[in-house]
Amino acid sequence: MKSLGKFLIFTGQMFVRRESFKTYLSLVLDECIKVGFNSLFIVTIVSVFMGAVVTVQTAYNLVSPFIPDYVISLVVRDMTVLELSPTIIAIVYAGKVGSNIAGELGTMRITEQIDALEVMGINSTSYLVLPKIIASLLMYPMLVIMSGFLCIYGGYLTSLATGIISGHDYIYGIRYEFIEFNIAFALIKAFVFALLVASISAYKGYFTTGGALEVGKSSTAAVTNSCIAILLADYLLAQLLLA
Amino acid sequence: MIEIIDVKKSFKEKDVLNGISGTFDAGKCNLIIGSSGTGKSVLLKCIVGLIKPDSGQILFDNRDFTSGDKESQTEIRREIGMLFQGSALFDSKNVEQNIMFPLDVLTNMSKEEKIERVNFCLDRVGLANVNDKMPSEISGGMKKRVGIARAIVNKPNYLFCDEPNSGLDPQTSMVIDELINEITKEYGITTVVVTHDMNSVIEIGEKVMYLYKGHKLWEGSNEDITNSGVKELDDFVFANRMMKKFR
Ligand SMILES: Nc1ncnc2c1ncn2[C@@H]1O[C@H](COP(=O)(O)OP(=O)(O)O)[C@@H](O)[C@H]1O
Ligand SMILES: [Mg+2]
Repeated sequence: MKSLGKFLIFTGQMFVRRESFKTYLSLVLDECIKVGFNSLFIVTIVSVFMGAVVTVQTAYNLVSPFIPDYVISLVVRDMTVLELSPTIIAIVYAGKVGSNIAGELGTMRITEQIDALEVMGINSTSYLVLPKIIASLLMYPMLVIMSGFLCIYGGYLTSLATGIISGHDYIYGIRYEFIEFNIAFALIKAFVFALLVASISAYKGYFTTGGALEVGKSSTAAVTNSCIAILLADYLLAQLLLA
Repeated sequence: MIEIIDVKKSFKEKDVLNGISGTFDAGKCNLIIGSSGTGKSVLLKCIVGLIKPDSGQILFDNRDFTSGDKESQTEIRREIGMLFQGSALFDSKNVEQNIMFPLDVLTNMSKEEKIERVNFCLDRVGLANVNDKMPSEISGGMKKRVGIARAIVNKPNYLFCDEPNSGLDPQTSMVIDELINEITKEYGITTVVVTHDMNSVIEIGEKVMYLYKGHKLWEGSNEDITNSGVKELDDFVFANRMMKKFR
């Protein structure tokens, strides 16, 4: 409870005594490259394979002759949009970006770089943390959209390669009874997860005390806490918006 | 001139500073000495506002720093330069960007003016052709010099150095001490140096404050330090064998 209070004060502090808009713009752009562009590779790999695996396994489970083939790609589509792309990629994102944020801020803390900023009269929370959170909010939803495409495309490639279902059926399936709200739901989740990962990791890193060992611990704590928060939020959002 | 009045600080149950008072004069290197763990760094951090003291006052040229509002605190902070124990250079920026950083965020100077000022400061601390180097590519002594250049780039009125020669060889230490002393004299800065190095005391200790377990036990110049009559200080001064011979 005490750390929740500290966390809220920490996030509140970001919005006081801000530097010039131009300074923030360049900081946010830098962070966007670190958070978004540098995650492209891992997100691509994970998404394509996830699509492939889900397609194969769904086909394996739906053996009844009464179920038409296109249901396989329909299931792949709904699982991808509702759960796999926003949530699984969020876990990957927490592992990559969360640990990076916590490690960077933790190192800056123990080597007194954060103190150096404060002595210059700069609000270190808004200077260091706010750009990371904004960048995360901008980039993560884009990663999710990309991941969704790649995941479904990965399934398509697999069905072509293995002949589980025909390409024609696959395309028919992913267009069948498409619910637009699911996309909005995925994006809402993306924004929430982006905020959670960036702010929790920044909090863990920013309040590191000690030495290199503690920086490692902060990184680990950032990833585990982010994952737990993601899964909790996932459940709550599903209850709120789908039930 | 900086004046501190009855500064107290404790962490949890542990008293680290038990009411420290004193003054630090302009145009002088004011030394705070004492063995490790006596609260020197904590005192320095209280003075620059990184740690909030439990009680007591800190006056920068009669401007109250501790109880002033955010605005006036920020104003004073922008007149402060600080050299940290580990130099605290920003890892992601090269030497030039590190030194230019305070100018980028605190002033409206043009790019050319900033580069000129950076090169002037680099020259002043005796470095050349390192503008594009990253902090990880330069030696400890060079890092300290870059740290000093960054601390003085925005023409501070107050300069704080925490153990400026920790981790340096004796010769480089002396050069760094002298550099800090010269800069202080040249620009009339109020400089406060925290150290546990007796060589620094002998070299630049015009005005020395001795801390022992959170208490100020003695204050004076390096000329009087050997006959202070304070037992703890004598133990500190004559800790090594060579100094014992002088005794
Ligand atoms: N943030 C902190 N929390 C708790 N104790 C601290 C903190 N900072 C310093 N201390 C304690 O205060 C004492 C003085 O530390 P310090 O000022 O760093 O010593 P030194 O004189 O070597 O610079 C030490 O015993 C240290 O454990
Ligand atoms: Mg210290």
